[in-house]
Amino acid sequence: MKHLSEYREAERVHRTLNRLREVVTQPWVLMEICGGQTHAIVRHGLDQLLPPEIQLVHGPGCPVCVTPIELIDKALAIASKPEVIFTSYGDMLRVPGSHRDLFSVRAAGGDVRVVYSPLDALKLARENPDRQVVFFAIGFETTAPPNAMSVLQADRLGLENFSLLVSHVRVPPAMHAILQAPGNRVQGFLAAGHVCAVMGYWEYPEIAEAYGVPIVVTGFEPLDIAQGILMAVELLEAGRAEVGNAYARVVTFEGNRPAQEVIRKVFVGCDRKWRGIGTIPDSGWRLRPEYARFDAELRFDVEAIQPEESPLCIAGEILQGLKKPRDCPAFGDPCTPEHPLGATMVSAEGACSAYYRYGRRVA
Amino acid sequence: MCLGIPGKIIEDYEADGLRMGKVDFGGVVREVCLDYVPEAKVGEYVIVHVGFAISVVSEKEARETLKLLEEISSFDDETEKDLP
Repeated sequence: MKHLSEYREAERVHRTLNRLREVVTQPWVLMEICGGQTHAIVRHGLDQLLPPEIQLVHGPGCPVCVTPIELIDKALAIASKPEVIFTSYGDMLRVPGSHRDLFSVRAAGGDVRVVYSPLDALKLARENPDRQVVFFAIGFETTAPPNAMSVLQADRLGLENFSLLVSHVRVPPAMHAILQAPGNRVQGFLAAGHVCAVMGYWEYPEIAEAYGVPIVVTGFEPLDIAQGILMAVELLEAGRAEVGNAYARVVTFEGNRPAQEVIRKVFVGCDRKWRGIGTIPDSGWRLRPEYARFDAELRFDVEAIQPEESPLCIAGEILQGLKKPRDCPAFGDPCTPEHPLGATMVSAEGACSAYYRYGRRVA
Repeated sequence: MCLGIPGKIIEDYEADGLRMGKVDFGGVVREVCLDYVPEAKVGEYVIVHVGFAISVVSEKEARETLKLLEEISSFDDETEKDLP
């Protein structure tokens, strides 16, 4: 496939990594922000091909992982209501709430459906005017334009039975939080390519300068990641805390302006709790008051829920790059993708699931 | 979740006030919302995420990136260049 297979050629990746070996003179710790990149790195074994000086730590860019447990519990309560068709991306169904997950709600008779796009949820709302269709709108900046568009469409079509349970998070505040954390080891970032496709990277020079860390916009194929690492290490070796773009075929400095406009129209900034990490100021989006009638949290009376996390799970430290999945005593036993204790073992973007799935169960 | 895959626009049309299209992902054709890429034309490649095109793939930048990477091997014999 065009624009895909070229970036999976082993020869090109090896050549790029050979260049990296020539450039690197000292140890560096890089964080790839996006869980999609974590999976690509582990799946293709890129981490094992890197020169020993380079260590990759895995970032918080897994929306399923950072969605707060309180909201999962709310989702479970809403999905259990008989009038509701609860729609979600498939990954969310197995994420443990305090006591159960969406799969068990479905098994108990709840109408929980997996959709590919929020437009599919909108279609369900039009086809089922006597039911309440709720879409679990989680995700980073990449998913915000589709979710925002579903609200505009529902408004345009006059749909009264469609609402979103919103848990949007943004990358730049998380980068600040990681860099400010005591014990931070991150010296450079591979920025999430598709977040930047939407938002551009105009927010990053300020971060790079303030903390003295280079930031390189990076794609998802092996060659993209190798190129992102090479560019970041070149900047580090040259002592340049600058922003680079190793995914120029997809990402521009300004990003997708029409998408940013729709995000601004529908969402407004808010503090957001990140599962395992805590509340990060101004790190999320919620619906603007003018679209409050599409807010599932307001539409459904869901009582305050006291969440309970597994005491064994160290997902929070993993998501901040402080620990790796193998450092967790529960990894592989009792925590597995079939019986996860934390969201990082569930998601297709979670670091624990990547390590488990691609056979990194022992050091 | 932020995974997006490149596909080729093979058709575009309007539905319920949105610009929609058919996009070919290596033989699998899906309906995609093109509202966020008003500049994208039939025949061009877009990155699609949860049913929405979020970016048009730049052929020019793709060529330049691959060319730059092809040249990496020839760096070996030269003094180090000032890379971006």
